[in-house]
Amino acid sequence: MQQSNTYIITFSVILTVVLGLLLSGTSQLLGPRQKEAIALDNKKQILGAVISGEEIAAMTPQEVNEYYNNRIASVVVDINGKEVTEQDGVAVTAETVDIAKNYKKSAEDRLYPVYIFHGEGNPDEVANYVLPLYGAGLWDAIWGYIALDTDMNTVGGITLAHAGETPGLGARITEPGVQARYEGKTIFNESGELVAVEMQKGEGKDYSDDPHQVDGMSGATITAKGVNNMLKNYLGYYKAYIENKKSSTAVAVL
Amino acid sequence: MSAETVEKTIEKKPAEAFLSKRRKKLVSDPLVDENPITIQVLGICSALAVTTQMKPTLVMAISVIFVVVMSNLVISLMRNTIPSRVRIIVQLAVVATLVTLVSEVLKAFAYDMYKELSVFVGLIITNCIVMGRLEAFALGNKPYDSVLDGFGSALGYSWIILTVAFFRELLGSGAVFGLPIYESISSIFGPDFNLATNGLMVSPVGAFIILGLIIWVQRTKTGYVEH
Repeated sequence: MQQSNTYIITFSVILTVVLGLLLSGTSQLLGPRQKEAIALDNKKQILGAVISGEEIAAMTPQEVNEYYNNRIASVVVDINGKEVTEQDGVAVTAETVDIAKNYKKSAEDRLYPVYIFHGEGNPDEVANYVLPLYGAGLWDAIWGYIALDTDMNTVGGITLAHAGETPGLGARITEPGVQARYEGKTIFNESGELVAVEMQKGEGKDYSDDPHQVDGMSGATITAKGVNNMLKNYLGYYKAYIENKKSSTAVAVL
Repeated sequence: MSAETVEKTIEKKPAEAFLSKRRKKLVSDPLVDENPITIQVLGICSALAVTTQMKPTLVMAISVIFVVVMSNLVISLMRNTIPSRVRIIVQLAVVATLVTLVSEVLKAFAYDMYKELSVFVGLIITNCIVMGRLEAFALGNKPYDSVLDGFGSALGYSWIILTVAFFRELLGSGAVFGLPIYESISSIFGPDFNLATNGLMVSPVGAFIILGLIIWVQRTKTGYVEH
C-alpha cells in the first residue's frame, strides 16, 4: 500500500505530538517522586561513607531521612575554606548544591558542601567529616563521598558511584569490598603534604603496610586512575578547610 | 477427521474462543520451540548483563513483558494506518516511548533498581525480540492475537533469563533473591562445612556457560538442529 507524502507527514506529526505529550505528561507527573528518590539516594550515599551498607539497606526511607536529620549537619565552604551561606542573594545549603553542576565551573568558583557526621542530636560531638567527590571514569562521570576522621587525615570510609563504567570491571568501585580497602588509610604523608590515597594497577597485592596505597581492580586501570584523580583533586579543593579544621583540633588537644 | 472439521468451523466463526488452541500456541510456542533466546538467539546482550541476581532480572523480565505486549498491541491497533514506508520509524517511536515510560516509573518508584539496571532498561529498545515481533506479527495480525504473541515471546525470554539468574546468583553469590542459601546450609552442617561461591558465575562468562548449558539441554530434548 503506497500512501501520499502528505499522509505520511501528517501521520508522523500526529504520532510525534501524541507520544511527546504522553512522555512529558509522565515526566511532569513523576517528577516530584523522582526528585525525592534522588534526594534519598544521595543521603544514602553520604551515610554510606560513615555507616555500613547493610545498615542502610535495612532502613526504610523514613528511617533514612530521620537518621540523616539527626546525625548529619552540613556547611558549604568555598575554595578558601570560608563558610558560604548565600550566593547571589539565594540562601545556600549543602543539600541544594549540585556537585555535578558545580564541577563545570572553575575550581575557584565552585561551592563545596561538607557533611558533618555527629553524635545523635549533638552537632558538637563530631565523628566524621564527609566530603563529596566528583570526576571522570573511563566512560562517564564517577562520584562519591569520603569520610575523614576528626584528625582530618584518616579515611573513615568511602562510597563510590558511577554513571556508566563497565559492569564487572570499572563498575566494581561500587562494591563494598573495593570501598573497604580505603578505610584506615591516610591522606597526608609524614611531611604534611597532601598525597591522598592511590589505587594501584593490578589486583591481589597486599598494601596494608602502605598508608597511601590500596589494591587495584584488575582490568579497570583507567577507572582506578579516575578515582585517584578525583580523590586528589577534591581533597585538594577542600585543603583549606581541612587544614583549618586540623589546626583547630590541634589547638583543642593542646 | 471430525475433530479437525470442528476446529476449522470454530476458526471461521467471528467469535473465536478466548483461548483457542491456535491462541494457546501463540503463547506456548515461544516458550520452548521458538524461544527467542535459545532458538533464535536474540536478546543475548541483556540476558548476560542483568542476570547476576534474581531481583533485577525479575524487574527486567517484567519490563520486557510490558514493553513487548504493549508495543504489539499499539502497533497492531494502528497496523492499517501506518504508512509502510515509515513503519520502522513508527515502531521505533512507539517502543522508545514505552521503554522511556518504564524507565521513568522505575526511577520514581524503585530508584535502586533503576540504578542497578541502568542502561539495560533503555536498551530494551534495541532488543531484537521487540522489533522482531512487531515486524513479523503485530503488523499483520489482530490486536488480541498480537498481545498473546508478544506475551509468549516475552515470557520465553523471561523464563530463560530467570533460570540463568537463578544459577548465577546461587553459584556465584550463594543466594536466591538475596536469601543467603549457602549460609543457612553451612549453619545446618556446622562451621566446618563451607560452600564456596564461584566468582566466575558473577562475571558475564558465567552467563555464557549457563546459557550454553540450557541450550544444550533443550536441544537434546527437542532434537532441534540449526539448518
